Amino acid sequence: MTTLNERRAWPGRAVRRDSVLRRLDWGLVLPVVALGVISALMVYSATRAGHRGDPEAFLKKHLLNLGIGAVLYTVVASFDYRLLRAYAPILYGLSLIGLIAVLTPLGETINGSHSWIVIGGGFQVQPSEFAKVGLVVLLAMILAEPRDGEVGPGRKDILVALALAGVPAALIMLQPDLGTTMVLCAILMGMLAISGVAKRWTLGLVLAGVGTAVAAVALGLLEDYQIARFTAFVDPTADPRGAGYNANQAKIAVGSGGLLGKGLFQGEQTTGQFVPEQQTDFIFTVAGEELGFLGSLVIVVLIGVILYRGLRIAVHASDQFGTLVAAGVVCWLGFQTFENIGMCLGIMPITGLPLPLVSYGGSATFATMIAFGLLQGVHSRGRSL
Amino acid sequence: MNPRTHSRLLVLHVMVGALLLVLLGRMWVLQVAQGEHYKAIAANNRTRDIVVPAVRGSILDDMGRPLVRNRTALVVSVDKTVLSRQEDQGEAVLGRLAEVLSTTREELELKTRLCSPTVPRPCWPGSPYQPIPVDDRVSAKEGLQILERPEDFDGVIAQVQAVREYPNPEGASAAQALGYLQPITQGELDKREGLKVTGYSGVDLIGRDGLEATYDTDLRGEPGVRRVNVDAKGRVTGVASETEAVPGAHLVTNLDAKVQAAVEESLAEQVKAVKKAGGDPAAAGVVLEVETGKVVALASYPTYDPTVWTGGISQEEYDRLLGPKRGEPLISRAIAGQFPPGSTFKISSLAAAVADGYSLKGIYPCPGSYNVGSRAFTNFRSTPYPPMNLHRAIVVSCDTIFYKFAYEQWIRDGSTKPVKDPKDPMIKMARVFGFGARTGIDLPGEVPGRIPDRAWKQSYWESTKDNDCKRAKTGYPEIKNSSHAAYLTAIAKENCLEGNMWRAGDAANLSVGQGNVLVTPLQLARAYAAIANGGTLVVPQVAKAVVRPDGTVAREIKPAQGTKLQVDRKTIEYMRNALAAVTTEGTAAGAFNGFPSDKVHVAGKTGTAEAYGYKDTAWFASFAPAKNSKYAVVVMITDAGTGGSYAAPAVRKIYEAIYGFNKRPAALENGEVPTRLPKVSQ
Repeated sequence: MTTLNERRAWPGRAVRRDSVLRRLDWGLVLPVVALGVISALMVYSATRAGHRGDPEAFLKKHLLNLGIGAVLYTVVASFDYRLLRAYAPILYGLSLIGLIAVLTPLGETINGSHSWIVIGGGFQVQPSEFAKVGLVVLLAMILAEPRDGEVGPGRKDILVALALAGVPAALIMLQPDLGTTMVLCAILMGMLAISGVAKRWTLGLVLAGVGTAVAAVALGLLEDYQIARFTAFVDPTADPRGAGYNANQAKIAVGSGGLLGKGLFQGEQTTGQFVPEQQTDFIFTVAGEELGFLGSLVIVVLIGVILYRGLRIAVHASDQFGTLVAAGVVCWLGFQTFENIGMCLGIMPITGLPLPLVSYGGSATFATMIAFGLLQGVHSRGRSL
Repeated sequence: MNPRTHSRLLVLHVMVGALLLVLLGRMWVLQVAQGEHYKAIAANNRTRDIVVPAVRGSILDDMGRPLVRNRTALVVSVDKTVLSRQEDQGEAVLGRLAEVLSTTREELELKTRLCSPTVPRPCWPGSPYQPIPVDDRVSAKEGLQILERPEDFDGVIAQVQAVREYPNPEGASAAQALGYLQPITQGELDKREGLKVTGYSGVDLIGRDGLEATYDTDLRGEPGVRRVNVDAKGRVTGVASETEAVPGAHLVTNLDAKVQAAVEESLAEQVKAVKKAGGDPAAAGVVLEVETGKVVALASYPTYDPTVWTGGISQEEYDRLLGPKRGEPLISRAIAGQFPPGSTFKISSLAAAVADGYSLKGIYPCPGSYNVGSRAFTNFRSTPYPPMNLHRAIVVSCDTIFYKFAYEQWIRDGSTKPVKDPKDPMIKMARVFGFGARTGIDLPGEVPGRIPDRAWKQSYWESTKDNDCKRAKTGYPEIKNSSHAAYLTAIAKENCLEGNMWRAGDAANLSVGQGNVLVTPLQLARAYAAIANGGTLVVPQVAKAVVRPDGTVAREIKPAQGTKLQVDRKTIEYMRNALAAVTTEGTAAGAFNGFPSDKVHVAGKTGTAEAYGYKDTAWFASFAPAKNSKYAVVVMITDAGTGGSYAAPAVRKIYEAIYGFNKRPAALENGEVPTRLPKVSQ
């Protein structure tokens, strides 16, 4: 186990034989690097037509984001994740402060969601992305607590977990950002299940979740456009210029790619910017159109490799906290991937969620890279694979 | 790690795998199984077909003077599709546009909404997918304001287009004959199969009336299609393919601008005189070349300025200019107006009587009144004349001679108990002269007129008997004047009982062109042309040739072969002489007093038809010269008075214009219409 002193001296340790970097999980790093390269190409393809002044503007910022993300990854990976237990409440508290700040005049509305804090110089932060990290770490801390995972969490732990997850979820719903709320729910449910709560709790919570969703619609807690998006998801052709427009255009772009795609930078739907939010939420349509079935398959497989790597890390973690952190990250990224690609393919409703690592966007990239860093950290200190 | 955690991690493995497989399966369906389908949709998605309208051909008179041509105009149009994609539905853009065009946003919104049965004008009757023109009289400065700030005017198009212009050569308008254009409706677009091939598309205007409608295919040309690649906002990113527009051909007509102007002018003068006398007239004038049926002039009053059609017409404008209050000036009275012809009809009755055995050499009584059955039918103003021959009957327009013929024929046909196959000589002769059937002129909207016969009486009775029989019982209690009410009740009784029968009065009325007889001015002109040309019923023809934009002739439109009039040659020559005397010693002698009959002798017949509730309809039907005739001219004015005092003077002025009498220059050189096609250059 590393001591506080050693940790303080970490830059000097980086080159030692047993250093964290030496124990890099290449099964995780290589697909991440590959996805990063693909994401740069996709972001460039999606944005170069719409910004004639500087076609590379988005690409440059995206590469910068990836670079910062790589640094964050390295920092988090080399940090002893077990110490995070102590810092978890602080991380959680910071993310709550961010979420509250968004609701003050500091916040900024982009694409209908009041989710952003502008920090000047063309940069803005989306605290809800970091709230995902905060929640994973905090839930892992609480649910791993009982006798270090020897037994499953009891009723008290579960209720505390629910309450602590409920606060950021409620704050995010105020923005409103349905997609991120759903991700938080997925993290919560997934981590509760993995932590070993009794079956009745799992079942009960699922039922409660469904009930809440129905009540939300019935009581008008959801914005009209959110309901419209869900309705459009059931029948996108009903209103192709309205909420169904995105769903339809996304399907057309992906479907027209065919088996082999139209070639990188050759997508007419992409160049014509028929799909809105092409570089962020709908980046997968760019891959679908230009790289075709085979190219998109590569993206899905790469993400799949990362997710399985994460699951493997969870299984082989040295303690319950590490298992839950890794599992939480997998639930988060797995759900987000399924929801994002699913909406591009017309099998999931449209919500504003990025495709992990591939979509353009600083906060999302940073949060994802931090998550990968956590996986790496758990891996480095886990039982030998 | 507790055992539950371990087993649930395994479940999570399976779930992640399952979800990823779902994604891959869906990708396979979309991209591989249905890939071709989506490729087709995508191709539609990213290209737009912009129709490049073809320049429409001009309509020219027989000398090549343009009656309709195009002027280039800076037209501002609004693309609804683009506006609807803007956050405020284009409100801001329309507001800015209204400022530039000095109108209001509301006005523009009205102009660009789509017409439907519940949406009144102003509205856009064309296809919603084409730019909607909102102003075609934009100044270059206004146009530049729009073109220079494309970011402020997303969805607004300012471009040079050709719009219809009416130069009124020699003062001629010919509004009703030319017709007008309207945007083709989505309904018409949908109905037409093979749309792209025929060249119709949403920007196309389609001829709605007149020559513009009949010769639409020739005038229209072939619009080009520019297929452009567009992005999601509809911004053009490049041209994919382009087919050039083929400009429309010009239409050379038989109309002569100078004669047309003379007809319109003389109608206007007579109308003015009639209005002074307290009438509210409608009028029509026709000039035919008697040998060929070429329509040299065709005029109708009330008339209008066809420029109202360009740039969209509002409901108020439509009502004000073209509605019933203005006398519905769109209707061409010459071909679509039907009126009782009065005594001009006697040429047919005379021919019928002669064919039925009444001798051309006979002397017949012309009393002031003649009893047809129990009813007395009188001459005009009951004037009695000594017995006379048929020549004189035409010259002084004796009615009672024709009543006698009609009554005697009716009795021979079995009177109220008709024989099988009655001869009905006057009805059949009217058909021979072309009454009761369309002439076949190359203009839309022609009406057939009406020659009442036994079958018509029957069907008319069937549609009116219920009301008449009810009135026969109840009488007319709402009418205060008891004698008038009694008279109406008696008529209702008679109509109820025997309204289906061909009665003596029907035959008598028919013989002098009264009662239920209706003819169009064009039909009458053709009948007189048949006498003038020695017995051929011509087919009137307005168009002469279709000439390509480069001046070469695409096709000449020869008048259709006329039909031989089944009337004895001698009768025709007899009528020619009688009609010739009308202008020197007959009912039109006053109107033609001082006319140089030694140079050109006009033959004709006056007509004064009673119209219920109005003053008489005045007619003069004529041809000239009386020998070797060239032209037939007919003028009709309703709510006027006698044909001799109201219609004949107009006809005289038309002849004066044609031949250059009364110190006027001749409209037609040597009194002849040009035989060759004019040179068309543009």
